[in-house]
Amino acid sequence: MSALISPVTADKAAKVVLWASAGIALLILAVILGYIVVQGVHVISLSFLLGSPRLSGAEGGILPAIVGTFWLMVVAMLSSVPIGIGAAIYLAEYAPKSAVTAVISFGVECLAGVPSIVIGLFGYAFLSIYLGFGFSVLSGGLALMFMVLPWIVRVSEESIKTVPNAFREASLALGATKWQTVRRVVIPSAIPGITTGVILGIGKAIGETAVIMFTAGSSLLMPMSLFDPVRALPYHIYILASEGISDPMAYGSSIVLLVMVLAINLAAIAIQRHYGRHYVRN
Amino acid sequence: MNRKISEKLIEMLLFASAATAIIIVALILIFLVKEGLPIITKVGIIDFCLGMRWNPIAMVGDPTYGIFPMIVGSFYVAIGSLVLAVPFGIACAVFLAEIAPSWARSLLKHSIELLVGIPSVILGFVGLVLLVPFIKDHLGGWGFSILASSIILAIMALPRIISISDDAIRAVPMDYRDASLALGATHWYTIRKVILPSARSGIVAAVILAMATSIGETMAVLMVAGNVSMLPSPIYDILDPVRPMTSNIALEMSYATGDHACALFATGIVLFIVVAVLNAISHRALKSRMGVER
Repeated sequence: MSALISPVTADKAAKVVLWASAGIALLILAVILGYIVVQGVHVISLSFLLGSPRLSGAEGGILPAIVGTFWLMVVAMLSSVPIGIGAAIYLAEYAPKSAVTAVISFGVECLAGVPSIVIGLFGYAFLSIYLGFGFSVLSGGLALMFMVLPWIVRVSEESIKTVPNAFREASLALGATKWQTVRRVVIPSAIPGITTGVILGIGKAIGETAVIMFTAGSSLLMPMSLFDPVRALPYHIYILASEGISDPMAYGSSIVLLVMVLAINLAAIAIQRHYGRHYVRN
Repeated sequence: MNRKISEKLIEMLLFASAATAIIIVALILIFLVKEGLPIITKVGIIDFCLGMRWNPIAMVGDPTYGIFPMIVGSFYVAIGSLVLAVPFGIACAVFLAEIAPSWARSLLKHSIELLVGIPSVILGFVGLVLLVPFIKDHLGGWGFSILASSIILAIMALPRIISISDDAIRAVPMDYRDASLALGATHWYTIRKVILPSARSGIVAAVILAMATSIGETMAVLMVAGNVSMLPSPIYDILDPVRPMTSNIALEMSYATGDHACALFATGIVLFIVVAVLNAISHRALKSRMGVER
């Protein structure tokens, strides 16, 4: 083939193909977002956002699902952020190079690779049944915690590792203890990176469905306590669409969920920009 | 003295946080095995993994628990997604790393981040309302199919393949490029013969990782795969529906009891093992690449 086509022609043709690939990638994104917005924008109204669902969600609003999603995120983040940052501090600052440390890091990698439906199964068996939390905000939130914990550990560890060693040495030389150094010097320098990571973690957890299917329940009532069942927004979309209850409502709910994810990601970008830190997202 | 004790206490607390992840992984394994192993020993591991019939609620006769069609289904849709996403993703990565002007690079990069953020249930929903009817009308069949699942999974895999491949390509030393260009090779020839081969191991790691993620994905395939627990017939018919392992669990867990529920946990064990093995291979591929690089 290369004998038939001159290298210069091949070069030009290849570049056309590469530009086209990039164009198609943008087109796919535009079609997905555009279709949902066009189909669902007429559903969005105050009564949709602030109303209660009627007829299994075929009519009315989605407020309980929004509130349910919010509380699931609160539980997931309150549990995963302290543990995740603690783990990251240990791994980055304290951990000796030993077999135990290797096992701990391996555990983080492993947990990150567990498929979400398996976390859902485990959450059902362990949280809902074994610990007796039932289908509730608490079970769903903790199951989500299992999913986001590795992410938070990883991004926090990376940000802590970017803090220059000179900072630590200066603090230690002034007679500060290790923990004082970590708390007063290392963490404040790493906090923009950690915050960005935590916010992106919320963005990942908020759209998760398989994890909460058998842990959070599917009640359409407003949750009143940690032990009440909720139906989070993504699960609501799934039920509306797959059981054929109402496509328009599913489009409307999708727009709300997309706006939430977008707002969360933009917040993360804003923080990153504000602190002008180089933060690599994978 | 007091300070020393509190320092030690804090270190222990941090250690406990760090150990949480491995404890959760251990608990996951314990609970999967506790719930799932009885049915595997009862049915027999061979009959469970290679059995052709999944009939957990038998009206007549004994229920059967064979998940072979689902294992095939999981691999089928995942490999299908790679066939679509890998060439396309690598093309986009080459574009990003080699020829995109900075405005195009930042536009595509931001779009990819947007794509990553779209929840899988929304992709599944778009597949359900756009792709399934399209396939039904234009290609035939029921619409719910291997093809539809593969396309949706490909869209999900695309950002990951692009960003890891982009990193791998950009990690190729500038000297290689310069040497090739100085010898009079065109840019495309350099990309094809020098840059891509040098970035190969990173790209391979990305592809295996994408496969693990696709096999583990639930919502997007659940909504478009059709969920029929039989092998496609003939086996190469990509317009036939399948039921991947993840869908099997998601569909039936809400009403399963007794042996049936156990069999779903057992499906979870198989899924866990498959995904863990793929992840391990991918990590090894990435590590060996780090070792080679200077």
